[in-house]
Amino acid sequence: MRNKLSTYFHRIFSERRLELLIEACGVSCIIFILAIFVFILKEAYPFLVSKFSFSEFFFSTEWHPASVVKIRYGTLALLTGTLFVTGLSMLMAVPLGLACAFYISEFCSPKMREFYKIVIEFLAAIPSVVWGFVAIMIVNPLLIKIFNIPVGLNILNASIILALMSLPLIISIGEDALRAVPETYREAAEAMGATRWEVATKVLVPAAKNGLMAAALLGVGRALGETMAVLMATGHAIQIPHSLFDPGRTLTATIAAELGESPKGGEHYQALFAIGLLLFLVSFTVNLTADYFIRGKKNV
Amino acid sequence: MKKLLFVVALASISLVSCENDSDYLIIQNKGSDTLVNLAQAWAEEYRKLKPDVAVAVSGGGSGTGIAALINGTVDIANSSRRIKEEEREEARKNNGKDVNEFVVGMDALAVFVHPNNPITGLTLEEVACIYGEGGTCEYWHQVRNTQVPGCQGNKIIRISRQSNSGTYQYFREAILGKKHDLKLGSMDLNGSKEAIDLVEKTPCAIGYTGMGYLNPHVRALCLSKNANEPCIEPNIKNAVSKVYPIARELYMYTSGAPSEAIQDYINWTQSDRASEITLETGYTPAEKVKL
Repeated sequence: MRNKLSTYFHRIFSERRLELLIEACGVSCIIFILAIFVFILKEAYPFLVSKFSFSEFFFSTEWHPASVVKIRYGTLALLTGTLFVTGLSMLMAVPLGLACAFYISEFCSPKMREFYKIVIEFLAAIPSVVWGFVAIMIVNPLLIKIFNIPVGLNILNASIILALMSLPLIISIGEDALRAVPETYREAAEAMGATRWEVATKVLVPAAKNGLMAAALLGVGRALGETMAVLMATGHAIQIPHSLFDPGRTLTATIAAELGESPKGGEHYQALFAIGLLLFLVSFTVNLTADYFIRGKKNV
Repeated sequence: MKKLLFVVALASISLVSCENDSDYLIIQNKGSDTLVNLAQAWAEEYRKLKPDVAVAVSGGGSGTGIAALINGTVDIANSSRRIKEEEREEARKNNGKDVNEFVVGMDALAVFVHPNNPITGLTLEEVACIYGEGGTCEYWHQVRNTQVPGCQGNKIIRISRQSNSGTYQYFREAILGKKHDLKLGSMDLNGSKEAIDLVEKTPCAIGYTGMGYLNPHVRALCLSKNANEPCIEPNIKNAVSKVYPIARELYMYTSGAPSEAIQDYINWTQSDRASEITLETGYTPAEKVKL
């Protein structure tokens, strides 16, 4: 009986068929991404062929979809907002996150390591709306007091919040990358008289380079795509920020705030999907460049 | 075979009883998009109270709702404007009945500032100078020579709402009329609650929301149509008596005298529980307005 079952099983799930199944899983990933792209394109298409003007869309700072005077769809202010906030938050989060990863993986006691990991996972579990309220109710008055500025919802506030939000991701992935370096590397280095600091900087950094890079990039992805928290923390004002203390607005937040109340299939709705397309392209470019860097460095 | 017959008989009995169960009254309710969220919330709550009455709510705009009432396809039309005389006339011709009007709530907006701000009232022109496109008021000292303690640079921080929200559009129309836009560069928050929270924490800020959201941590301003008119405090009494300049009534219309069930529903929208919902959705209950 048992034998019969097992041959039956083998007949259905032959080696070849299993391979095909697994391959299908992999391919479906690509199909999903393509399907999302096609969906966004389809919704944005009527706008792209009618009202879309390249120079207005990319070089005008005036996003005014509900104007009674002249409707304008300029995304320059939103695009710069996204880039500023993401860039600045990564300047804070990547060094801090990787340093944390090094400390947890290499320098602290195993007991403390477990404790830190739990705390960091807890940090990752805070919903983004809660971060948004932290931005308004805590960081905002704090920035007003410290820097003596008119309003504390600005690029700096959003960057701080985003940095805090992407830290857990960067730390966890970075730590995993460091743990993945074989113990023999450390032992060999220490046997040759290297200090712990030298082991970390001269052995582990080159060995875990790609993993650390991946940690930073996932952080960028997190920051680029974050919606609710930046909507509340940036101040959501349509202007190109001239300093850290100016409010701004991001692409994601614009979609989040306006999609709910724009009728499906309307021009404004389509324009928001055009922003979605732009966002898709931005993150695609970021990923591609990063990929290029990692591969390029590997060959040297 | 006998068994099968039995099953069929049972099934048909249960089908029939199902039909009996679904024999409830449906009230068709259509119109204003400003009112649609409130009407929806009311309908859901009313369903809990009276499971045998279902209120089917749809939007489309005040004009759509009134047109449907004229054609006799809805029981109640929602409208954020008063019915026009010619629409009334047309309805009378079509249905042989007069249109009945009910004021079910108020859409009143309050303009408010941080408690540090010494200003107590503004004229509509001053509000337009702060918020309107082409308005030159960027600093508090340009408005009645105000100095706001704790406000760096005395700069006005404008808090607004996303441009396709009903609140934004009514505010724009009330302040600037139908031909002008609000200035870009305001902080366009995505909820009335957020707008209040931000003004509470920001001495330089000014904001607006439905009156129902006001709390003691911000200072609501009295408004006047122009410098010669008296300054009117934003409260329910002034909104209902229409002396407050940025308030409009929200209406429900029926064709002829409403049936008992419909009258019950409209009466219920003025109950305490329904008024709570009205406040939660950002509107002002039409307290003591005659029904």
